[in-house]
Amino acid sequence: MAKGRVAFDRDLCKGCGLCVSVCPEHMLELDTATINRKGYHPAHVVEGREDDCIGCALCAVMCPDQVITVEKF
Amino acid sequence: MAVVFQRTAGLTDAETHYCPGCTHGIVHRLVGEVLVELGVLDRAIAVIPVGCATLAYDYFNCDVQQAAHGRAPAVATGIRRVLPDRVVFAYQGDGDLASIGTAEIVHAAHRSENITVIFINNAIYGMTGGQMAPTTLVGQKTTTSPLGRDPRLAGEPIRIAEMLAQIPGASFVERVACDSPPHVKAAKRVIRRAFETQLAGEGFALVEVLSTCPTNWGLEPVDALAWVRDHMIPYYPLGNLRDPKKDAAARGGVRPEE
Repeated sequence: MAKGRVAFDRDLCKGCGLCVSVCPEHMLELDTATINRKGYHPAHVVEGREDDCIGCALCAVMCPDQVITVEKF
Repeated sequence: MAVVFQRTAGLTDAETHYCPGCTHGIVHRLVGEVLVELGVLDRAIAVIPVGCATLAYDYFNCDVQQAAHGRAPAVATGIRRVLPDRVVFAYQGDGDLASIGTAEIVHAAHRSENITVIFINNAIYGMTGGQMAPTTLVGQKTTTSPLGRDPRLAGEPIRIAEMLAQIPGASFVERVACDSPPHVKAAKRVIRRAFETQLAGEGFALVEVLSTCPTNWGLEPVDALAWVRDHMIPYYPLGNLRDPKKDAAARGGVRPEE
């Protein structure tokens, strides 16, 4: 059972990867299969890792572009 | 289920023009969150610099005045004196505050103007293409110091927080960094404290934020955070230098009446 959930506003993402670097669960990555509206590879949750989120919001704390919304259960 | 993090009302919905990984976005968000949490967003006025943050008039969700290069503290002084019920802050980079605007920031601090200054130190001129700034570290390569900053030619990097902390009127001075989640969270507490200093009428408050410029440093955004940690923080130590709670006595309690 997931403790938290992250949602990405993917078209706002600039693919800087700061969120990926601080996630303690290592469940985020840049989606190299996608190019968003701004022309970057947006961050997303690694497929199948959705339930690993602990809702710590460290990703959102480091995001310079307010891409991430975090919920905690 | 509770939302523990979402966009702040302190910023507009505009997408910023900042480069990927630029920590201007983080500091903007911290300022916006603090203004909302203190309940002063509707009476806040930002004074923004010349530099990358010039376009911040689109981002801060409050009134904004753009100042001539380096003159944000002087403009903020005027606004705060004419509209004493407003919360006025200047948001400046190091090319703006530490170079062309040194006189303005020194005298605003000396007068203990009741304003808050957010000072972004990323050791380089960002908008103009990565030239050497007064804050550029010794040995750091920039477009105008291609062999690295030579202190025999350009002097040692200027420590603005320490310099201003010598001034009796500088009520609150602290240096923070944006290189890690704990430091970002600490930075928010300090920015809040700087605004509380203004709200209490205790005079001049400045927060120096060690920030990144991945594009002009030539580093990946994540590596730029490590560069702040490994190179900037050792020269620009974090911590509080002045707090009215600690040293009201040292100032003698003298400051201009509102």
